[in-house]
Amino acid sequence: MSAMTVLAGLPRLIPPGGPLSLADHFGRYGPVPERDAGGLIGDIERAGLTGRGGAGFPAGRKLRAVAQAGHSGGRLGRQAGAVVVANGAESEPASAKDRMLLARSPHLVLDGIALAADAVGATRCYLALHAGRRDELSVQVGAAIAEREQAGLDRVGVQIVPVPRGYVPSQETALISLLNGGAPKPAFVPPRPFQKGAHGRPTLVQNVETLAHIALIARFGADWFRELGGSAGSALVTVSGAVQRPGVYEIALGMPIGELISRAGGPAEQPQAVLAGGYFGGWLPYDRALGVPVSDSALRAAGAALGPGVLVLLPESACGLAETAWITDYLASQSAGQCGPCANGLPALADTLKQLAFGKPDGRALGWAEELSALVAGRGACHLPDGTAAFATSGLRTFADELRQHALSGPCPRVQRRPLLPAPGHTWGQRS
Amino acid sequence: MSYPTGPAGARAADGRGPRRAGSHKLRVNPIACEAHGMCTELLPELISADPWGYPIVTPGYVPDDLLPLARRAVTACPTLALLLDRDD
Repeated sequence: MSAMTVLAGLPRLIPPGGPLSLADHFGRYGPVPERDAGGLIGDIERAGLTGRGGAGFPAGRKLRAVAQAGHSGGRLGRQAGAVVVANGAESEPASAKDRMLLARSPHLVLDGIALAADAVGATRCYLALHAGRRDELSVQVGAAIAEREQAGLDRVGVQIVPVPRGYVPSQETALISLLNGGAPKPAFVPPRPFQKGAHGRPTLVQNVETLAHIALIARFGADWFRELGGSAGSALVTVSGAVQRPGVYEIALGMPIGELISRAGGPAEQPQAVLAGGYFGGWLPYDRALGVPVSDSALRAAGAALGPGVLVLLPESACGLAETAWITDYLASQSAGQCGPCANGLPALADTLKQLAFGKPDGRALGWAEELSALVAGRGACHLPDGTAAFATSGLRTFADELRQHALSGPCPRVQRRPLLPAPGHTWGQRS
Repeated sequence: MSYPTGPAGARAADGRGPRRAGSHKLRVNPIACEAHGMCTELLPELISADPWGYPIVTPGYVPDDLLPLARRAVTACPTLALLLDRDD
């Protein structure tokens, strides 16, 4: 039985049953192939694999940039030796797929780290987690790392790095700042991580799901990857909100949202809207969302995004305006406070949205919300202001009818409901 | 990419200008910026202030005739947060 046969169709990344031992992992997928750097990066480029942390940047291009910077040599003509940072610090509150992948398929991620390390010429590898050293996830993945060390499998060992919780500390320049002994706050670029990152070395920061896909592309090739999802491959998505069976699903990209909701057991109550792409994504009215394919291009065209593969079904019993205000308030609280437009603009935007949802909205407040959104976008060191502005704007657009209703007769009774969208540890008006 | 029109563009078009408009761009390091407001005062043609005093830079290239003033604004920033990048 060849591993190729096992891996026809889905699932690709998360095997049925519990996590596999190293031996069972190799039994299912085959050994980690010896790949020369150029060959593997070429395969990843041909596969068209995009980053699965949210931004969707082409993975092959990122690897090539780090490989070139690492091999170009310094002033004395020596090769710098790059750094690989596997990003498993899943900060999107409605996402659970990275944790799930690490718990169920740790060796696939670790294979990907080893392959990426060889491809970019890395001498140090890290795995960033939102977990303390004694937390279950760190212990589980730590055991998998120890298993590989005993087997003498990987050229470079992997060190787990606990990352403080929050929306911004897992942003790639923030992770690098943390690895360099600083606070986990975003940095001004350039220099970009591939030029000068952790320890001053060219650094590849790649989401753990992206690395797991790399582990499979290295074994089965670009054509195999493109067999699913109309050439875009498969993806892990987290479905939550008003569905019968919330959870993590691996799907072929391009599956219509309606089909994904059916996979999750269908609506648990009368649905109203879908949030796609997480808090840097956007809202879609339910009826219009059903036919939209789960792919970054289709979701962007519809006014949302794929992001880290997050889908939340909002029921009719919740107020879309209140949910939008709640998450905008949460995102404002997540500002690192480094950039003036973000530190000042996001709280002002959040307060205005709260007034629109819970007070009696008027044209002036709506105009101010739109003006603030335009004002903060693109003016931070990271994308927190852009993402927050896009989310707020999407809510105001999608729930325009509610906005008119609130303006006519005051806030609807549904605003009293406890918010559906998760905002860990957040209380209204909390600021950084 | 939008090119600014005006005197610099006109000069470049007839070939007598030193260089066509479009070789330098202004950029703000938002972490370093503390809204001292020197740049908005020294280069109002290209930099305005947001409601909190932080600079908003007009996108696009700096017209050649404004380059000396742009350089002066860059030098005057107390936190070195205003950058003039050559973009060839």
